[in-house]
Amino acid sequence: MASFENKSIVSIRDMTRAALEKVVSTTAMVKKDGPKGFMEGKTVAVLFFEPSTRTRLSFESAVLKSGGTVFGIADPAASSQSKGESFADSIRTIAGYCDVIVIRHPVEGAARMASELCDIPVINAGDGPNQHPTQTLLDLFTIEEQIGKLEGIKVGMVGDLKYGRTVHSLTHALAMFGNELSFISPPSLKMPRHILEELEKLKIPYHEFVSLEETADLDLDVLYVTRIQKERFGDPQEYEKVAGTYRITLDTIEMLGGEVKIMHPLPRVDEIDVEVDDTPNAVYFLQAHNGIPTRQALLGLVTGGLK
Amino acid sequence: MTGRTYKVYSIENGTVIDHIPTPLALKVIRILGLENEGIMTIGIGFRSSMLPKGKDIVKVENRELSRAETDMIALIAPDATINIIKNGMVAEKRKIKLPEEINGVMTCPNPNCATNVLGANTSFHLEDREKVTYRCRYCERVTPIHPDLLTTG
Repeated sequence: MASFENKSIVSIRDMTRAALEKVVSTTAMVKKDGPKGFMEGKTVAVLFFEPSTRTRLSFESAVLKSGGTVFGIADPAASSQSKGESFADSIRTIAGYCDVIVIRHPVEGAARMASELCDIPVINAGDGPNQHPTQTLLDLFTIEEQIGKLEGIKVGMVGDLKYGRTVHSLTHALAMFGNELSFISPPSLKMPRHILEELEKLKIPYHEFVSLEETADLDLDVLYVTRIQKERFGDPQEYEKVAGTYRITLDTIEMLGGEVKIMHPLPRVDEIDVEVDDTPNAVYFLQAHNGIPTRQALLGLVTGGLK
Repeated sequence: MTGRTYKVYSIENGTVIDHIPTPLALKVIRILGLENEGIMTIGIGFRSSMLPKGKDIVKVENRELSRAETDMIALIAPDATINIIKNGMVAEKRKIKLPEEINGVMTCPNPNCATNVLGANTSFHLEDREKVTYRCRYCERVTPIHPDLLTTG
């Protein structure tokens, strides 16, 4: 990806390491009181065919802060698709009303399909359990911001590693930088085999653990926490038992050496104790806020407003 | 009679696809979209030292299949052999290999994929040549090739 201009952001799989670095450095520039108004005169359609208030507001805020205008669908029931219009027709029509489409859709591959149906850039804001590239990009930016580099770091991921789209994409991205990865999960929610095979192909060192205690001596730079969903377990008692063992407390941080940065894609339920919130280790709210400059950077890059 | 009696007569010009495992000959024809492409001879269930269940042969007259076309055969019959015949002679013996991309001939097994729900045209990229797996362009899931997924079958 030499230039981002007029390109769609559909999947982390389409991006090279250089492209990821470009987004991260542009995000840093935007966040550090960088250029404003680079979306002036540009209109962005934010189409959410599946509700996700947080991500939608974050995109809308990013457009407005960059000087652009925004319209969209927040509720799929209000769209003409509910009247039976085909997805392809909706996208082709709306593409004529705007300069960029941001799309969230429950169907896997919907964003890719949309990007092929029109000549304007499409940004994937989540396509079912498949990809959510802007989440991965804001995660990378947060790691860079907190640790000072994206290479040669030790990252642990804990929780539901089997179904968690966020950790799959982040693993893929971190592997491009040759980082050492640790996966901590109950045996039933382990990182899928095909992802581990990819790491093996790339000769990326990784470890698998069942308990957080086993990572005590690893000197992790980042611990990325994800929620374990109750519905993944048939037996509610089994869920309580498992979820409890991965709860991050002040003791966990101390056990991990005291320096580890705790990240989480949010929303959190109880997998991180609120007592952690006020420590310098907690970066999850900052991480969520970094969604704004990251999305601003992407909007600027694909419209050519940022180079 | 001293000469060998051919069960499938030889062709003057065209393409011979041999060593197709029985009974995949018709599937090979469908995957190549050759149903309405002129004269073809199909032999099914010949004895073969390499294929215990027997082999099928397809002879396509007056049509030299391109490499892109013959590579599609590798999806269901990776050990098939291709001979291009010109003026009654074998002009080229061709090995086939799995195509890098396959478009429009395989269904994605993921029911939530845009190809199954929103009407996107199917497209896969070769993921692992040894394991014979392909990655869906849309849902990005990796799937092993299975004859049942081939829409032409």
